[in-house]
Amino acid sequence: MPSLDDLRKRITSVKSTQKITKAMKMVAAAKLRKAQENAEKGRPYSEKMNNVILNLSKSITDKENAPKLLVGTGEEKVHLCIVLTADRGLCGGFNTNIIKKAKSYFEKIISENKTLKIITVGSKGYDQLKRQYKSYIVENISFKESKNINYFDADKVGKIIIEKFEKNEFDVCAIFYNKFKNVITQIPQEQQIVPLNEDKDVSGNDNDYEFEPDEDEILSNLLPKNISTQIFKAMLENSASEQGSRMTAMDNATRNAGELVDRLTIEYNRSRQAAITKELIEIISGAESL
Amino acid sequence: MSNLFNIDIVNPEQSFLSKDNVFEVVIPAVEGEIGILRDHIPIISFLKPGIIRVFSESEEQSFYVEDGIVEFKDNTLSVLTSSIFDLKDADKNFVSESISSAEAELSKDNIDDQKRFLLNHKVEVLKSISIN
Repeated sequence: MPSLDDLRKRITSVKSTQKITKAMKMVAAAKLRKAQENAEKGRPYSEKMNNVILNLSKSITDKENAPKLLVGTGEEKVHLCIVLTADRGLCGGFNTNIIKKAKSYFEKIISENKTLKIITVGSKGYDQLKRQYKSYIVENISFKESKNINYFDADKVGKIIIEKFEKNEFDVCAIFYNKFKNVITQIPQEQQIVPLNEDKDVSGNDNDYEFEPDEDEILSNLLPKNISTQIFKAMLENSASEQGSRMTAMDNATRNAGELVDRLTIEYNRSRQAAITKELIEIISGAESL
Repeated sequence: MSNLFNIDIVNPEQSFLSKDNVFEVVIPAVEGEIGILRDHIPIISFLKPGIIRVFSESEEQSFYVEDGIVEFKDNTLSVLTSSIFDLKDADKNFVSESISSAEAELSKDNIDDQKRFLLNHKVEVLKSISIN
């Protein structure tokens, strides 16, 4: 049985923790709104980009000489995985969910005897993966210093990918991130960006575009940009998810702390009452024995 | 008959400009400037550093772009670009910085002709902005 003093100390410490989680929740809520807005604002760009590429790839007839970024190298030996995570913790299962998704992909690659290369973006992902997959991690990028998600950062990652592709360092590239559905639900995503998956429904608008210069040149100019755009989109989704996830996690923590305080207060009151009763009994039995 | 069409300029962060009452847009495409009017045939092209001029009924706007893709379809012109600013609020420091960094790039030996051409062009355009 803890003493009264111990209980009182515990109650104060739980209460101050509760204050912190409450503050974090509110900060996350404010940031979430901004992140969500940014994610929505960034959507038209990636959508239009996708459309243009779709239209272009439809008009490419000579598949053999098409840019390799679009159709792939023809092999599937080396897989490059970009794992996008947060730089901070205390956001529920956000980072763990991405890592889990990525790990199952890694295991599949390794069991198929293919080569695996990993680039982690965000320090949390690196921390969690370095124990098991240290030898596979080729690069570890973090944008801790930049306050907001910006295209410039995404472009940096994109350039690294292009550079590696041009040096034939990988055949297939996939990115892992959390897609923001709503505040409570974030879905870990695996998206292949090289070669580009042509799974989109080809709507039958056969616009005969005029190309200037020709299709190949536009495509080879456009595809590297598309990679940066996809990364940027993933980063935006990720940041909205991160804040959403943190908000829910901190909300739960605050509620749990409240319950804990209630329980401890009852226990505190009981033991205080027990002490008083004990003293009374002592006095009464002392008086009786006289 | 109306001779107006729509224009959407988007950059990765947000939608930069969206108008539905323009009658002519001049874009610096990579093989020369293109003027676009209503009912232009569908076209996809990409941009070199230069100035986009947007003429609407009431006003004329000019923007500096560094690169990007344009698509014209169904009387909607979409411009996707990662770096764009309105000439009216051009930042002198930013312009001169861009000029010097482009010139530094030019002085390197290992760049190919196409890149050299684009950089030269960029410097030219930026200089013309800083004079005005």
